[in-house]
Amino acid sequence: VNAEVTPIKTAAETALAQAFAQARDRLPGDDAVAARRDAAFGVFAKEGLPHRRVEEWKYTDLRALMRDAKPLAAPPDAAAIAHAKSAGALLGDVETRRLVFVDGAFVPAISDLTGLEAGLTVGSLAQALAGGQPALAAHLGTLAPADNVAVALNTALMGDGAVIRVAAGSTVERPLHLLFVASEKPAASFVRSLIVVERGARAMVIESHEGPPGSDYQVNAAVELFVGDDAHVDHVKLIGEGAEALHVSTLAAAVGSRARFNSFSFVAGGAVVRNQLFLNFDGEGTVAAIRGASLLKRRQHADTTLVANHIAAGCQSREVFKTVLDDEAHGVFQGRIIVRRHAQKTDGKMMTQALLLSERAEADNKPELEIFADDVQCGHGATAGALDDDLKFYLMARGIPAAEAEALLIQAFLGEAIEGIEHAGLREALLDQVAAWLKARAK
Amino acid sequence: MALLEVNDLHVEIDGKEILKGLNLAVNAGEVHAIMGPNGSGKSTLAYVLAGRADYTPTAGEVLFNGKNLFDMAPDERAAAGLFLAFQYPLEIPGVATMTFLRTALNAQRKKRGEAELSTPEFIKRVRELSGRLGIDQDMLRRAVNVGFSGGEKKRNEILQMALLEPRLAVLDETDSGLDIDALKIVADGVNNLRSPQRSFVVITHYQRLLSYIVPDIVHVLSGGRIVKTGGKELALELEARGYAEYQEEAAA
Repeated sequence: VNAEVTPIKTAAETALAQAFAQARDRLPGDDAVAARRDAAFGVFAKEGLPHRRVEEWKYTDLRALMRDAKPLAAPPDAAAIAHAKSAGALLGDVETRRLVFVDGAFVPAISDLTGLEAGLTVGSLAQALAGGQPALAAHLGTLAPADNVAVALNTALMGDGAVIRVAAGSTVERPLHLLFVASEKPAASFVRSLIVVERGARAMVIESHEGPPGSDYQVNAAVELFVGDDAHVDHVKLIGEGAEALHVSTLAAAVGSRARFNSFSFVAGGAVVRNQLFLNFDGEGTVAAIRGASLLKRRQHADTTLVANHIAAGCQSREVFKTVLDDEAHGVFQGRIIVRRHAQKTDGKMMTQALLLSERAEADNKPELEIFADDVQCGHGATAGALDDDLKFYLMARGIPAAEAEALLIQAFLGEAIEGIEHAGLREALLDQVAAWLKARAK
Repeated sequence: MALLEVNDLHVEIDGKEILKGLNLAVNAGEVHAIMGPNGSGKSTLAYVLAGRADYTPTAGEVLFNGKNLFDMAPDERAAAGLFLAFQYPLEIPGVATMTFLRTALNAQRKKRGEAELSTPEFIKRVRELSGRLGIDQDMLRRAVNVGFSGGEKKRNEILQMALLEPRLAVLDETDSGLDIDALKIVADGVNNLRSPQRSFVVITHYQRLLSYIVPDIVHVLSGGRIVKTGGKELALELEARGYAEYQEEAAA
């Protein structure tokens, strides 16, 4: 007897199916896009929400963590848009070009679209899909792993996002800031962005995510990023969601030859966060620094899942992820360096460290190496521990009160990751965020 | 009233009694040396005065400037004017020496109700003091004690002491691991700070340091008690004859 086991759908799974059925015909895009949405939704329909028996989601059981699925966000009203004008405080004084998305919808009225640098093109995904742009069709969905359920849901339900192109050889001086704001109404948004930085071009892209503290809204955000040969791209993701939010986001990047690529993830907000990075090093001689810092408290759950896939030879990648956990927070880091058969002379080093400030906090670190080439230098390390009592005593013996001594040591712990950020203003802004977090903790 | 008064102090570590009824009185302006064999309780005394957590006083009292020292957290003791120069100064990766010094100084000043030092004033003060101790500016920019040699770490302790201007400085084997040149620099650093208001407790195993920092009073610590007290000549006597007779005395 071939008994097919069909698990009972959870409330969230049922609601997602309903949302897709209802929205399918009004989501942007032509028939080809609709077919792609159907295929992606099929992946979800078959797999359901990922749970702990799926290895990649072992520590982030989305089926259990996601009690319901919110309705798709309606277009933002005037009040929500007005409120979004004051968003973006996470970045401090950093001068950026803002592209603002409220509940997942691009709002040109409060975005900065004037005086675009030569070679820079900025648009909205909804418009691009509606207009059937061939360049978009050629790129969209080619990087993000289709079998990843979070990505599949994003592809099925994507409503809007940014479409950015930086033409070959051009330099975009002002960082591009994709500012995603959730409004007061608890809803779900699915945003998809496509960023193409062509050969020899240079750009910095910051995505930040924030929303009201008392709303259990849901965000699924994905970025597909193409980094051309000899390009220099800095990517920064700031997850400062409201305390009850569910945030799932994905960066899928393809990096060409001799490129410089840096990515930094900062996680301080959200009730449940899954931050996925899928990086393909497709060209030779690229240097990449992939870093992250997470500050978690109360019952926050934050998972960073990273795959650094070395396909071409002679690339260097450095991965440094630091997590500070207080109260009953749960931090997860799953990092995998893959070195393909032809990726000789790969130099990959990954370090993940967790600092536990409470006995009830939990950190799961899972670094992995998968090496198919025979002439590589790869390594990984993982540590988890409490603050060093001897160091704390030394600081206190010099007159520094306990809370301040702990703050100094926590800042020092995070320093290695944050100080690697080349942009001075952004580095300062993040150090300020850390200081604010520590100040709130001391109270 | 003495600046530091230790009365019948008993201290345990992990349930094992290390100090067994120690008495000591240090007046303002005095330099006391505490000498003794390994395991006699010298470092325990230093740590318990500074307030290390796993050192548990089980009996007796310590009065610092008339106040019960054990009612104060380590940072409060420091702000009240107690300083411990560590035998093994710790390395603190990620904390720049200048940040550390400024945070410490300003925390103490704040606790005493004094205004924080402005950045230019602070930098000027540190430059002046570090220059005298042969500490170069590059060391100050580095993380606290990271990559410092043993001698540099000890000089850094003396710099902290000079900057923080304590009422009482306890020097725990500050001479260990120092060559003769470094020893002289450290001793000069201490001697520059000697004043009628400031006291020192110099803990050492060897007489050598006491040729440069000349004590007023020398104590022999053995078996967790002070077993003999004398003038500076006692140090020379100990150097010549060793601690054997005091160890027997303590055991008896």
